[in-house]
Amino acid sequence: MQAAIPKPSPAAKIFWVALAIVGAFCLGVVALRRGEPINAIWLVAASIAVFVIGYRFYGKFVEHSVLKLDPTRAPPSVLRNDGLDYVPTDKWVVFGHHFAAIAGAGPLVGPVLAAQMGYLPGTLWILFGVVFAGAVQDFMILGLSLRRDGRSLGHMLREELGPLPGIVAMIGVLVLMMIVLAVLALVVVKALTHSPWGTFTVACTIPIALLMGAYLRWFRVGRIMEVSIIGLVLLLASIWFGKYVADSATLAPLFDFDAKALAWLLIAYGSCASILPVWLLLAPRDYLSTFLKIGTIALLALAIFLSAPMLQMPAVTQFIDGSGPVFKGNLFPFLFITIACGAVSGWHSIIASGTTPKLLANEGQARLVGYGGMLMEAFVAIMALVAAASLHPGVYFAMNAPSAIIGSTVQQAATTISQWGFVVTPDELIRTAQNIGESTILSRAGGAPTLAVGMAQLLHNIIPGGGMMAFWYHYAILFEALFILTTVDAGTRVGRFMIQEIAGLIHKPLQATESWTGNLLATFTCVALWGYFLYQGAVDPLGGINTLWPLFGIANQMLAAIALMLATVVVVKLKRERFVWVPGIPACWLIICTLTAGYEKLVGPISFTAAANKYADAMQQNQLLAPAKTMAEMQRIVSNNYVDMALTGLFMLLIVTMVLFCLRALLKAWNINHPTAHEEPYVALSSVAS
Amino acid sequence: MNSPFNMLHALKPGWDRAVQTARLCCGLPDYDAYVKHLREHHPERVVPSFEEFFRERQEARYKGGGGRCC
Repeated sequence: MQAAIPKPSPAAKIFWVALAIVGAFCLGVVALRRGEPINAIWLVAASIAVFVIGYRFYGKFVEHSVLKLDPTRAPPSVLRNDGLDYVPTDKWVVFGHHFAAIAGAGPLVGPVLAAQMGYLPGTLWILFGVVFAGAVQDFMILGLSLRRDGRSLGHMLREELGPLPGIVAMIGVLVLMMIVLAVLALVVVKALTHSPWGTFTVACTIPIALLMGAYLRWFRVGRIMEVSIIGLVLLLASIWFGKYVADSATLAPLFDFDAKALAWLLIAYGSCASILPVWLLLAPRDYLSTFLKIGTIALLALAIFLSAPMLQMPAVTQFIDGSGPVFKGNLFPFLFITIACGAVSGWHSIIASGTTPKLLANEGQARLVGYGGMLMEAFVAIMALVAAASLHPGVYFAMNAPSAIIGSTVQQAATTISQWGFVVTPDELIRTAQNIGESTILSRAGGAPTLAVGMAQLLHNIIPGGGMMAFWYHYAILFEALFILTTVDAGTRVGRFMIQEIAGLIHKPLQATESWTGNLLATFTCVALWGYFLYQGAVDPLGGINTLWPLFGIANQMLAAIALMLATVVVVKLKRERFVWVPGIPACWLIICTLTAGYEKLVGPISFTAAANKYADAMQQNQLLAPAKTMAEMQRIVSNNYVDMALTGLFMLLIVTMVLFCLRALLKAWNINHPTAHEEPYVALSSVAS
Repeated sequence: MNSPFNMLHALKPGWDRAVQTARLCCGLPDYDAYVKHLREHHPERVVPSFEEFFRERQEARYKGGGGRCC
């Protein structure tokens, strides 16, 4: 039983035509105006128009024609209502929950890195990527899970494709998880290196969380709101006090670490945190970071709307040719790898098949949550891009280019960056650092510091005041670090379960999650895996992000490709072959992007192979290449690059294997003339609703 | 006439929904809905107190399942 798409009224038609014209005009200004800076509001308005039109037309098309969602059908929340996991819930509440689960540090980092190519390439990929790929993936996986009792992505893969593809995907997800944790932890390392103020405030989150945990456990059980407000006040106080720590000659050295030391501290922290009971540290910090995240996103939106900054970065820079300092590689495929979250993120397919499908009260609300939630995330990515592009390009490149390229003094950096055509004086770089209360802004890649400076400037525009910029900068750093530490902690626990599940395939007793030996073994394996990549990033000649972010992007887009391939197979299994292109084209695009990027990272001038050979050759001639200071360090850089090569090869192998499995399933389904998808039978909502 | 009290009253459902969303974002479902469900479908089971319910859900949130994004 399929509800027909209602015909729009004449007034609605006029509204949509007007919106389309306004959107097209704004997009025209963004895309075509050259040589003079434009206001960020053009970009924001164009994005909103594209999102609204995409939601109304393409989203609706996917809902009615491809997924054929049916408001009269009983969803899992009604059929299996248990009051805990499966609960029919108000659609706006589900939307808020879903958005909070998908929005993370990813959409804030990728667009900032991609801004080296100018704001236009990133904007166009976010806008069109989300409408035709990202939101389609989230929405379709949510739709499939809704028809399958809210099953997980892994479960659906096993059911629709077979047990072996299920295991292949599980290994892919585990490796992706390790890279995610390493790269996020590296963002924190980059932000806190030689920053006593930042390190102090981030360290303060640990006692604050412990205090909140104890309060929630014994004093006022379950009063999350109350304890979060207390936590927030303490956090703001710690930012305020951080200034005195940074200015103090005795306290500052206690919180002043280099990248290596910070990496070890994070590894030690990750091992301890993930063994402690959840109520003590993880849960309270999780509450705080969830609220802080939503609040900060709202604050960023407010700052952009109120201060309406000019975009100082050119629309397109010369670095689309692949010679960029922030990350190497041409626009194709590396733009599409660098901006993963925000345009299309494979990770979302896990959330969209997690708690969300168990909460939706009606299939008719899936578009709002699945498609709409992803559009919101894309909007966050656009705001991050605006914050980065509204910075002085000289400051942007000084912060994001590794010291191997721009040198380690402001004079060298200013000279190099000015030669690229972004004229900047050493004074400007020193003043920016002073304004944000740091000793230097050079080579702080990773997105977080750049976004923090951008945000601090925007907020400073609307709330001026002496010293406030430094406060806002450290607020933004704290927000990202708090959030990332929560992810590291929770991710290590999830990784532990995944490792135990995979280990259980080989040796059954390892699967027992109650056994302390199995737990500790899996926890330390998990920490060792991400810790290895984190440490590798901390000692990397090009600063780490340069190396790890492409690996993360390839892995995340690989998972998105797997999710979209699953959707493609199911569309054919449902005998809706006419619409196979809806998930099929984005799936093919992501397969092409990941395989090309993987190939370029294996062979050619920007590959891990080339980097390994460069250091190996130098070692043969007994030369030392910076930043290595000993032959042992040279050797470590060579072997790190070999590991990255192996990992890239593994990702490519995983994708090719999944493509073959999917092609086999597609051919089989195409030749059978009746639906073969594993949907649960139809139950009318009216027959079960109370 | 809309007295200030009435206006506050009108905001109540919105506020409740905001609280419910905030709690759900932290993995805490609606306690009242759970109690109602137990009373209707499982009258033989003991209804947990809010404190017990909260602790059980807090533990459950971090038991596997990729619950968050990068």
